[in-house]
Amino acid sequence: MTEEADLVFDRPASLSPVVTHYCPGCIHGITHRLIAEVMDELGIRERTVGIAPVGCSVLAYNYFECDFAEAAHGRAPAMATGIKRTNPDLIVFTYQGDGDLASIGTNELIHAAARGENITTVFINNAVYGMTGGQMAPTTLPGMVTTSSPYGRDVKTQGFPVRVCELIAQLDGAAYVVRRTAFKPLEVRRLRAALKTAFQVQMAGLGFSLVEVVSNCPTNWGMTPRESISFVEQQMIGYYPLGDYKTREEVKSLR
Amino acid sequence: MKTLMKGNEAIGEAAICAGCQAYFGYPITPQTEVLEYMSRRMPEVGRVFVQAESELGAINMVYGAACTGARVMTTTSSPGYSLMQEGISYIAMSFVPCVLVNVMRGGPGLGNIQPSQGDYFQMTKGGGHGDYNTIVLAPSTVQETVDLVVEAFDLADKYCQPVAIIADGMIGQIMEPVEFPEIKEPVRPKRPWALTGAKGRPKNIITSLFLSPETMEQKVLRLLDIVAQIRVTEVRYAEYMLEGAEIVVVAYGTAGRIAQTAVKQARAEGIPVGLFRPISMFPFPYDRLAAQVGLARDVLVVEMSAGQMKEDVQLAVCGRAPVSFYGKLGGLVPLPEDILAEIKRLV
Repeated sequence: MTEEADLVFDRPASLSPVVTHYCPGCIHGITHRLIAEVMDELGIRERTVGIAPVGCSVLAYNYFECDFAEAAHGRAPAMATGIKRTNPDLIVFTYQGDGDLASIGTNELIHAAARGENITTVFINNAVYGMTGGQMAPTTLPGMVTTSSPYGRDVKTQGFPVRVCELIAQLDGAAYVVRRTAFKPLEVRRLRAALKTAFQVQMAGLGFSLVEVVSNCPTNWGMTPRESISFVEQQMIGYYPLGDYKTREEVKSLR
Repeated sequence: MKTLMKGNEAIGEAAICAGCQAYFGYPITPQTEVLEYMSRRMPEVGRVFVQAESELGAINMVYGAACTGARVMTTTSSPGYSLMQEGISYIAMSFVPCVLVNVMRGGPGLGNIQPSQGDYFQMTKGGGHGDYNTIVLAPSTVQETVDLVVEAFDLADKYCQPVAIIADGMIGQIMEPVEFPEIKEPVRPKRPWALTGAKGRPKNIITSLFLSPETMEQKVLRLLDIVAQIRVTEVRYAEYMLEGAEIVVVAYGTAGRIAQTAVKQARAEGIPVGLFRPISMFPFPYDRLAAQVGLARDVLVVEMSAGQMKEDVQLAVCGRAPVSFYGKLGGLVPLPEDILAEIKRLV
């Protein structure tokens, strides 16, 4: 081939040229790439600060080419509040899993949303504590077997899953709250669009934005990546319906 | 010009004078007036005020703001400081500056809202998890509080570490004439590590996670280097009538102030007694106290706790003189005559 080919696909500038530690088949990788693409598209990489959680994505700061802080478990929205309030020109986002955001960090999340903090939260919900080896999370489905619900989550003793979007959407401070997934190309495109809108909401100063990503965990679910994708489609989506839970009027004009 | 002002409000104004750009707090007695004062004053001077959802929220907002190089403060009282310890440990390991104020109240548990010095251990011995210490400064008057709060911001910036003020409900609630320095605009020193957006430079990462044990050890050693330097350069204390003292009273903060009155009375009665008042509780002035105890016959520690600082006094005195203790608990404040009676008991 002597002709020069057109470059049609490349690594986004906002994504670091490194190998991630994520397991094969995990949706973290897709979500990271989409956030990086959106940062490139909106031209905000040089003024963005990310906050990594405690959990599987604890090392997210190694994978983005923007400034990053690593928060204590669950405290990312509070940390983001401190950064954004003192630096309103920065774009600030938190990246959190279900243990971090929906268990130990509910207080920080709810109040950041209630105050209408002008920050963006990306919430990866894979129904399990991945990093510590697959324990029951607040979002673990009823009957689901984990290392701390070996008989399957019994709602009589272990309670019911927490639906985060439905909770946060009720708060007046929340401007944009949506649930997406990434188990097929169409859903990946929808997720990308939602992430873009969420950052645009922040750029327009409209308030709190949250994108939940219904995800998988092949390793701790004990499945192949393909099986885990089927589980997302057949089980997870049933409990966590995809959709827009809150789109404030001003947000609609952004599109 | 002097202003008559409540201790808690003076803490807030002192922070504004020091160029504090952001304040995050949560209501808890006997500290709440700082929060209230800042809610009014910070917007007035065009700065950031947020009432957090909890002390956990407040300290993590402080952590975030500190990561961008801003001068930032939170204030609380004992149970709130316990909650903040998580964040303080992270902040210390992240090498970012901030100022913390603990207006101590009675404990343990919910305790009560009266003045106490029961947080000495949790303030001076690290407090959170891991190997670290924060500078801890103890004022005994409202004016000294103002001076130390202003200084705390400089020290935090100097060492890129949290610096704590250890006050108590008495200092917080008392009204005294105070003088403030000129108000400094919040200017950020050039910080190559600050999270300001990766424009024209490689990205900055602020983390306290170091998975490799070798790296972690190096990071802790770096932190301990700072602590070692602090131990040498930031020792502060006040001395009163120590010349020829056969009895050395050691007390800090409100207890130190009351002890000073007792010492003065005792001297008037011809008793050779003096007061050593540590101001930096960390670093504790071990060497100076040891020198001042010298040939003294007795050392009397007075605290509004069960004798927490007493352990450090004993370390300093190192068996050269008996160390006795007089303390009040439960939010009770010792009276000068109580302390005078203790001094006379030793004569």
